[in-house]
Amino acid sequence: MNRTYELMFIVRPDMAEEDLDKLISTLEGQVTTTGGTVKNVERMGKRRLAYTVRRFSDGMYILLTVEGTGELIHELERRLRVTEPVIKFLTVRIDEEQKRLDKIKQIRDARRKAAPAPATPEAGGEPAPATA
Amino acid sequence: MADETKATTPVAELSADRPEPRSEGSRPEGGQRFGSRGPRSGGSGGPREGGRKYFRRKKVCKFCVEKIESINYKDVRLLAQFVAENGKIVPRRLSGVCTPHQRRLSVAIKQARNIALLPFAGRA
Repeated sequence: MNRTYELMFIVRPDMAEEDLDKLISTLEGQVTTTGGTVKNVERMGKRRLAYTVRRFSDGMYILLTVEGTGELIHELERRLRVTEPVIKFLTVRIDEEQKRLDKIKQIRDARRKAAPAPATPEAGGEPAPATA
Repeated sequence: MADETKATTPVAELSADRPEPRSEGSRPEGGQRFGSRGPRSGGSGGPREGGRKYFRRKKVCKFCVEKIESINYKDVRLLAQFVAENGKIVPRRLSGVCTPHQRRLSVAIKQARNIALLPFAGRA
């Protein structure tokens, strides 16, 4: 009964690299102890914010893809709320969307297989006929 | 004392004089329902519409044509095309997007706004 979530959060730009690593590993630890799995961690780098958040105009974006229960997300969000350097976060549930995309892909692949278009010719293009 | 019966103008007469209220936007938007099945076919505003100088050229849904399946809040460049100068979401009748895609687009834009990838309100 595990759902896939995407958790994106913004950290203040003047945060040290190792503090950030520590934060991420704490979150990952939390995920694994609750029985979830961390699918992916992506640091999207420093970006300019579209509006000032807590008097910051830049921020480090981090994207965390997690598989777990709703309780886990509740706990993660609680932690992020309390952590001082984190200025914004957003959790999106993506397993339904993934299912839909996979279905579309399946249909497309099936359609492609059903009607094979003879695109590439078999012959490798032999320039000269067989020499006698 | 002659009783003068007042010839009361019946109310029905009055309403007959008034032309049927025609909402301006209803006629061209009639093509909306068929538009969701595919690219919108010639929803040109009828020349009878008084005041509407411009006619609507054929508008196709960008997502349907390019077969973009997932509209994610993360791809700001794609979303920014459907956001006006002042940060407002462009309405469907101007951008030509079909209904299901417009709904998903609007959700994605709102998510992007929440995570400061897009502004809530821009210049104007």
